[in-house]
Amino acid sequence: MLEAMQSAFVGLLSFQHFAYMLLGIVVGLGVGILPGLGGIAGMSLLMPFIYGMDQVSALAMLVGMVAVIPTGDTFTSVLMGIPGSSASQATVLDGFPLAKKGQAARALSAAFSASLLGGVFGALLLTGFVVVAKPLILSFTTAELFMFALLGLSVVGVLAGESIMRGVVTCGLGLMVGAIGAAPATGESRFDLGIDYLVDGVPLVIIGLGLFAIPEIADLIRRSRPIASDSGLGAGWLQGVRDTFKHWFLVLRCSALGTFIGAIPGLGGGVVDWIAYGHAVQTTKDSSNFGKGEIKGVIAPEAANNALQGGALMPTLLFGIPGSGSMAVFLGGMVLLGLQPGPSMVTTDLELTYTIAWTLAFSSIVGAAICFFLAVPIARLTFVPFNLIAPFMIMIICFAAFQARRDLTDLLVLFAVGIVGIFLRRFGWPRPAFLIGFVLSSQAENYLYQALQFYGWEFVQRPGVLIIGALTIASTLMALRSRVSEEGAVTKEARGEETDRPVIGGANKAERRPQIVFAVLLLATFLYGVMSSAPLSFLGSVFPFYTSALMVAFTGYMLMMLFVAKPGHSSHYDQELAAKVKGADDGTTVWPSVGWFVFLFSMTAVLGFIISIAIFITTFLMVRTQLGVARSLLYTGLCIAFMSTLGHYLTLDFPAGLLQHYVEMPWPLK
Amino acid sequence: MTKNITHRRNFLGMSVALATAAFISPMPAMADAVDFSDKTIEFVIPFGVGGGSDTWARFNAPFLSKHLPGQPTVVVKNQPGGGSITGASQFASRAKPDGLSILGTSGSTQFPYLLGDPRVKYDYKDWKVVLAAPTGGVAYISSSFGVKSLADLGKLKGQRLVYGSQGATSLDLVPLLGFRLLGLDVQHVFGMKSRGEGRLAFERGEANIDYQTTSAYLKSSLPIVQEGKAVPLFSWGATDDDGKLIRDPNFPELPHIGEAIEMVTGKKPSGTEWEAFKSFLIAGFPAQKLLVLPKGTPDNIVEAYRAAVRKMKLDPEYQAAKVEALGGYEQLTDKAGESLFKEGTTIDPKARDWVRALLEKEYNARF
Repeated sequence: MLEAMQSAFVGLLSFQHFAYMLLGIVVGLGVGILPGLGGIAGMSLLMPFIYGMDQVSALAMLVGMVAVIPTGDTFTSVLMGIPGSSASQATVLDGFPLAKKGQAARALSAAFSASLLGGVFGALLLTGFVVVAKPLILSFTTAELFMFALLGLSVVGVLAGESIMRGVVTCGLGLMVGAIGAAPATGESRFDLGIDYLVDGVPLVIIGLGLFAIPEIADLIRRSRPIASDSGLGAGWLQGVRDTFKHWFLVLRCSALGTFIGAIPGLGGGVVDWIAYGHAVQTTKDSSNFGKGEIKGVIAPEAANNALQGGALMPTLLFGIPGSGSMAVFLGGMVLLGLQPGPSMVTTDLELTYTIAWTLAFSSIVGAAICFFLAVPIARLTFVPFNLIAPFMIMIICFAAFQARRDLTDLLVLFAVGIVGIFLRRFGWPRPAFLIGFVLSSQAENYLYQALQFYGWEFVQRPGVLIIGALTIASTLMALRSRVSEEGAVTKEARGEETDRPVIGGANKAERRPQIVFAVLLLATFLYGVMSSAPLSFLGSVFPFYTSALMVAFTGYMLMMLFVAKPGHSSHYDQELAAKVKGADDGTTVWPSVGWFVFLFSMTAVLGFIISIAIFITTFLMVRTQLGVARSLLYTGLCIAFMSTLGHYLTLDFPAGLLQHYVEMPWPLK
Repeated sequence: MTKNITHRRNFLGMSVALATAAFISPMPAMADAVDFSDKTIEFVIPFGVGGGSDTWARFNAPFLSKHLPGQPTVVVKNQPGGGSITGASQFASRAKPDGLSILGTSGSTQFPYLLGDPRVKYDYKDWKVVLAAPTGGVAYISSSFGVKSLADLGKLKGQRLVYGSQGATSLDLVPLLGFRLLGLDVQHVFGMKSRGEGRLAFERGEANIDYQTTSAYLKSSLPIVQEGKAVPLFSWGATDDDGKLIRDPNFPELPHIGEAIEMVTGKKPSGTEWEAFKSFLIAGFPAQKLLVLPKGTPDNIVEAYRAAVRKMKLDPEYQAAKVEALGGYEQLTDKAGESLFKEGTTIDPKARDWVRALLEKEYNARF
């Protein structure tokens, strides 16, 4: 074993392997920084190159790429409030407020150092445990996996913010959207509204972008200011590193959590950042600063999402079962290299396994170093008026969404989810809860069904199930105890407690009308869930039926509160009104921003993506950013060139419109 | 890299072609000759990057590029969705018969077609087959039942077997029908995302019967067999040039499913149930991956592709790489490829109705 470690280490140090690893790192940082693009896009970019490469170089390149995505994506999350990839969604929650306060440097350096430590930790665990991990991984059966899904759902309590009820309902909406498509037990199609696209369910990347990126961009366009309100990045570079080391125990715990979640096949890394974030909130005595710029809220998810990769490699290598989304594509890469994962990865091919582990550790260090180096120039972007960056970001987000199915419908669904996201944001329905519900929906349902089939109801007596069940209850109680208050700010003020939120809701019914309409729509959605799942077979309907039915009750309660509760009740929260009370209202609305999206998407349906995005970018720059014609055209040209290059390497046709249906066009216009 | 290499080859190829042309200037068959110089061929794969069909295509693409006339660039284009129905349907409606668009389908594309899924907007009868890539698989059972080989299958009477399945209409339809023909009482637990997950359920002890395709079996299941925890029962078999079921060349010691049924029931398998099973068996294994050209492709282009495959099979580089990449099965073209194509994409209407009725009645499938 030691011998294998040693020779793997020496092999990797050769110039060629190191160069390929660096190439992988550069690609990884690139797709990490671009919002919505993550491991899968990166793998797709590198795939055409690896056939025929020598195994060690190719593995170095692929692993180098995967290792640094959760490092690079922090830039976008912290500086723009738009998740750079799905692994850094939770980083936005506190990273972005820190950037707005002028502490971007501190947030970034804390994130990078946490990423580095997490990545190295994951690689060490991979090295140390891969040989003995097999029985441990096998000891988690479907019964335990179901309980883990429940434990994950309990984090909603922590992320719910002011109102646990809202958290539950939003999570329920996520569960319902997650149930769209084929039922795991019977294959029946559910909630598909007769649209073929929905039979496969909604892709995670589109949910992530729609919930987090679109509302943020719409808001930034509306305000049309630079993102950072202070001048300067702040002199927090050392402070950030110090923060990470001060919270070393949190880093360690979250790294362990991340590695563990990655190592158990089927848990999936989709929500690892939220779970780590939730853990940080739960274990902090005074958690009131979370969501407003708490450095722990940056450190925890960043340590966990990098550590995840080391864990995720274990089931990938040992069983050929991917431990995360990008690992699924990594598996394909291994096969192309003539490597079949399996038990031999810890016997005859052990050296390759260690090569992978060492690359992971190296890349985490090199990747973080590059990020430190790039931080100052990239962070300057936050001082540029957002309207100058917006067209590029919108283009990238559309491109990322289109990667999901390579279908025009991708963009339409992105828009629909984006609108829902805008309202969830405005009325204070916690979007993280939606995301957790969405990701864990099919897991919870599938594993419950499988556990019942394999063990019957006796599965609840399994010791593992009992332990995780106890953890779930503890986690829920901690969440409830820590800070939830249904009565909202008014009662807190009455008790003499300090709140930074003044009366948050509409004082009269007219002001509450938008809220009420939104809640009624939610209620209607859940009613649709009940009605449309009822006629399905028992196994296909039982999960969505009872979830929706429960949500009808909860939403009904929230709706009632909107009518009868005293002003200031948390159900009344409306960001627009809150801004008015705070005096931050500048008389703008979000609708012109939405209009820009409508303009782009409807034009795409007619003219196809490339022509539309060109027109969109030029128009936006001239009208909204008020740039000159020449500069607008130059900007547009560069954007199109960038898009076409990426499209070329990914071998894809851009979304076509009616025009392409009638007129033959050359690529990339076709 | 593939692209650079193919470009370089392109250039080399062109110089060779020019040199040859200088010597043999009058070429009578020129009118018919297909030339893809400086062209890009899109190899459409209706699945995502990194899956089995994708890696199969990426393995073949550089060899096609090398051996097609004019040495075009061959790029793999992924068009995932609807379990490959979306991509294949799009290909059927859009691809032009100029040889510049080719499609790689898999059992997951063939099955809904055979079952008459209404979402299927493609017809295999329209397409011309270039290449058929077989695969195989081995079924095994937990050793806890005391079964040493297929001959002891009688010991399983009254035992409830559990199989981790990807769904009744997925590729796991083959074991579903196969176990039935063997008279085994198997509970299919659906929702597995891959055969690998099914094997994991077996290793955890949740499932007690499983099968894996050949390469995964050799790599991951054989060690379990060697530990004494599992017993191999039969292989799904292979087909000879006439389409007759024979033993899998990778597992000559194991009976194929046809023999297995005969051993258990004492009769040569026949009847509607067997016919139905055989259609899906061939679509799922011996004819699992098919490379096809669009409707109306002229014969000279079809022939150019088949010639490229013949040359590819003689290429030492291909022969060196094929065992790892194709799991020890030879890819077929010409007559053998065509007979597999036909067997793997046709089903007797009576047999289809029988399967549909079974799936509707017992597994909640809707058509």
